Amino acid sequence: MPAVSKGDGMRGLAVFISDIRNCKSKEAEIKRINKELANIRSKFKGDKALDGYSKKKYVCKLLFIFLLGHDIDFGHMEAVNLLSSNKYTEKQIGYLFISVLVNSNSDLIRLINNAIKNDLGSRNPTFMNLALHCIANVGSREMAEAFVSDIPRILVAGDTMDSVKQSAALCLLRLNRTSPDLVPMGEWTARVVHLLNDQHLGVVTAATSLITTLAQKSPDDFKTSISLAVTRLSRIVTSACIDLQDYTYYFVAAPWLSVKLLRLLQCYPPPEDAALRSRLTECLETILNKAQEPPKSKKVQHSNAKNAVLFEAISLIIHHDSEPTLLVRACNQLGQFLQHRETNLRYLALESMCTLASSEFSHEAVKTHMETVINALKTERDVSVRQRAVDLLYAMCDRSNSKQIVAEMLSYLENADYSIREEIVLKVAILAEKYAVDYTWYVDTILNLIRIAGDYVSEEVWYRVIQIVINRDDVQGYAAKTVFEALQAPACHENLVKVGGYILGEFGNLIAGDSRSSPLVQFNLLHSKFHLCSVPTRALLLSAYIKFINLFPEVKGTIQEVLRSDSQLRNADVELQQRAVEYLRLSCIASTDILATVLEEMPPFPERESSILAKLKKKKGSMNVPDIDDSRKNMNGNGHVEHNNNIEEPSEAPAQSPASVVAALIPTNRPRPTSSSPIIPSSGIMPASHPFTDLLNLNSPPATGGGSLLVDVFSDFPGQAPAPPAAAATAEVSEDNFLRFVCKNNGVLFENQLLQIGLKSEYRQNLGRMYVFYGNKTSAQFLSFTLPQLIVHAKPAEPVIEGGAQMQQIFNMECVSDFSDAPVLQIQFRYGGALQNLAVKLPIMLNKFFQPTEMTSQDFFQRWKQLGAPQQEVQKIFKSQHPMDIDVTKAKIIGFGVALLDGVDPNPTNFVGAGVIHTKSTQVGCLLRLEPNTQAQMYRLTLRTSRDSVSQRLCDLLSEQF
Amino acid sequence: MMRFLLLFSRQGKLRLQKWYTPLTEREKKKIIRDMTTMVLARQPRSCNFIHWKDLKIIYKRYASLYFCLGVEREENELLALEVIHRYVELLDKYFGNVCELDIIFNFEKAYFILDEFLIGGEVQETSKQTINRCIENSDMLQEDDNNEWYEVELFG
Repeated sequence: MPAVSKGDGMRGLAVFISDIRNCKSKEAEIKRINKELANIRSKFKGDKALDGYSKKKYVCKLLFIFLLGHDIDFGHMEAVNLLSSNKYTEKQIGYLFISVLVNSNSDLIRLINNAIKNDLGSRNPTFMNLALHCIANVGSREMAEAFVSDIPRILVAGDTMDSVKQSAALCLLRLNRTSPDLVPMGEWTARVVHLLNDQHLGVVTAATSLITTLAQKSPDDFKTSISLAVTRLSRIVTSACIDLQDYTYYFVAAPWLSVKLLRLLQCYPPPEDAALRSRLTECLETILNKAQEPPKSKKVQHSNAKNAVLFEAISLIIHHDSEPTLLVRACNQLGQFLQHRETNLRYLALESMCTLASSEFSHEAVKTHMETVINALKTERDVSVRQRAVDLLYAMCDRSNSKQIVAEMLSYLENADYSIREEIVLKVAILAEKYAVDYTWYVDTILNLIRIAGDYVSEEVWYRVIQIVINRDDVQGYAAKTVFEALQAPACHENLVKVGGYILGEFGNLIAGDSRSSPLVQFNLLHSKFHLCSVPTRALLLSAYIKFINLFPEVKGTIQEVLRSDSQLRNADVELQQRAVEYLRLSCIASTDILATVLEEMPPFPERESSILAKLKKKKGSMNVPDIDDSRKNMNGNGHVEHNNNIEEPSEAPAQSPASVVAALIPTNRPRPTSSSPIIPSSGIMPASHPFTDLLNLNSPPATGGGSLLVDVFSDFPGQAPAPPAAAATAEVSEDNFLRFVCKNNGVLFENQLLQIGLKSEYRQNLGRMYVFYGNKTSAQFLSFTLPQLIVHAKPAEPVIEGGAQMQQIFNMECVSDFSDAPVLQIQFRYGGALQNLAVKLPIMLNKFFQPTEMTSQDFFQRWKQLGAPQQEVQKIFKSQHPMDIDVTKAKIIGFGVALLDGVDPNPTNFVGAGVIHTKSTQVGCLLRLEPNTQAQMYRLTLRTSRDSVSQRLCDLLSEQF
Repeated sequence: MMRFLLLFSRQGKLRLQKWYTPLTEREKKKIIRDMTTMVLARQPRSCNFIHWKDLKIIYKRYASLYFCLGVEREENELLALEVIHRYVELLDKYFGNVCELDIIFNFEKAYFILDEFLIGGEVQETSKQTINRCIENSDMLQEDDNNEWYEVELFG
């Protein structure tokens, strides 16, 4: 047996461990363990009472087995017994076992708590420490409840031993982290702060951790700690001759305590008191000075401890961000570290400088190190260091150095590690856009990105370049020329084909004058890539072709021939086939005018923040992306190409906090700029895998209620431009999208060529509020009416909506009694001289006033029986219109407004729900049950409410949803 | 705060695990797997810090053992390295030139020493003398216990 065990030496344990180590295979190990488990089990179950030593030994063996990764399902009771032993070693092993193995919901927790209580009250510091360690290790809620009042008392009592105080402080900290609501603030808090003055540095160290955490949560209560911390720090840092005995670590005075004090100070702004402030500055300067002194030891521990304090001081300086001299000094110090031979220091210097770059005081100082950082990118052997260098370059980038930094990142990208390529691509794309003065540079950069790291260029990046090219006519010709040239490469990335297809389809005419890039050459070039591409790209190319037919009538014949080929018209892929058929048909029957209208150049995209930034933040966690521009801090990056529908963006939603709800009660009209693109896809229809449909705005699915130009062209044929909706006269009430709102509250309600109406609504009991957004591009006048059964307060809208603008109107409503007809929104406005009349059914349905009700199975069936009268029940059997997906069904039932009750129906495939409809005069309880029959693809829906009209209405609404 | 400390061998065998936040066994196993593969794959003379999810991983190799500490983002990396070093010193002092086998055969002691040094993921006591005194005292208590027990056996 190689190792001599110290202390008590449980021989049986050592033998067992040796046996395990000698096992040649996993199977042998398991066999040996099972043998041991059987042995222990028989000992524990045996008639003979075990003595403390044996119990300890077996419990320890079980612990060992558990730590090897095997399950242990017994022995807990024996361990708990050990807790009440008055022998230290037995108690200690008992506590260890509990700490490692007992989870919080154990039945034993009460017994354990009893033992802990005894030890806490024992006044024996060794036992008290064991008990406190155990609480800190387990940290469960039950323990917090049991001891949260005792621990502060122990912590601040005058006669508590130092070591117990330390344990108590950190034990309290742990409970505060796991169950903050249980830890009472009280008179002890002031006394805890004064532990910063304690004689014993160990106590101060432990207490500082506790105070820092508490101060983060309630800074005001711990403000007094600032001056104490500064004083304490100053005594450690500035007095040369102080003897800290064993708290000096490799010639560095109390590094742990210093770092903790510096951390505590980072919970607060710079001290207001001038004297205190200058004392702190003096400390920080001293720490910076010490960094220049020759080391007192060659040991790495010395330099680590010293620099740990230095880095924490720099963190504080950056946190305060108020002393330019300190910031610049910090930056210079970090600059030295950039060239240090210790990899760790280079890494930390790069990381720390990232935060310095965002301070206005030190941004310029950071920039002076650019060459060093670029060099690091090229020469560092460790990928994590290179990654920090990329981060720093990104953070220090501004208009003055952007071209160089982007170029360096691009050249690094060629050899970059696969793990960080995507991130670099995003960063380059963001910087290139942000600092582009000359957009030709931007286009070149992005095309380079695609060339170098095409696989890592996400959709956001290539969407963005297209948005920008479309919005800036000064760069369109250049972009067309550049993609044309890039596409000449024999092997080019599919992303390049996408960008090329899109841009040539839009702006190919700008370079068609040159015979080297004549229409036919362009077409042949694109088509030569066609067969190598995936389905989405091919679909995009087909759209580019039809755009070519409009741009270049001379190649119409060639393209029609391609479209007519079997590989297109009979393509196995439905999307491709449909496009080929429709485009071919369109090109054959539409007049030049119609073609020109349908295939007109894309209108500019709405200006919005790049979605690339959002992607980067998501990828890295926002804390890790230094904001390169403060003005961007509060914007959110939702501006996806796919979602150019402001209404859907959660960021626009009124916050749920009470204050904002009150504010929202006052009707407001907020004009806001919005998309002027002719088609805004209806939410949730666009599959993510087909972004091109949206990009080209040609193929919005027909479901968009008259929104798709293509569909209109065919329906309005022959020969006229798509007509605006029925001029003047009374309009038919549109309810196309009405049923889509039964189970949801937000979305697009109505859409035609002139106007889009989006909705957002919220309901509470019998009250509701609906935000109606009118968006589009003409001067318009709206008149709205009061509606039956509901009291609607609507503020008259502004009479004019500017081109491309959006206007918001808010309706407040109250459900007076149950109803089945929905109010109709009458809209009248003048467009180009003609009076337009629109009538749209507002999706205000009875089920919107549901409050979900949770209930037990017993309650449910009792009420179900009570509602047994024939007129109270309505039942409907109907065929499923959608795939029968359990999760979708659940979501719909919850969206309908009732509580989905699990485990109520004896048949688990059935869905059961309950809720109460609130009206002003009364409340109507409602129970529902939905029974799917997957074989027959049928549902049976049963509703029982106290009112027959309600049952009927709810049944009608819900049965349309599946 | 520190979230966990793992000790594993160059072969990836786990020798000690200490968790400072509640996790399921599954989550623990996943972390252990991630840490061993990630740390063991590092080239020599790389830096000792790795970003991993929302944590910083600080690791250092002592002879055949890797010490791997997972800490929250605001923690000081260099000091975390010294937490590891101080723990090694404490083990060394107790076992006298500690080796992997000491920790295997006396794993409970390794846990006890750690508990005297760190509690709840924070440094409790940094003084080597104080911690050693603590451990020695408890060993004294143990020896007393043992004597008692031997006596019992002797007479019983």
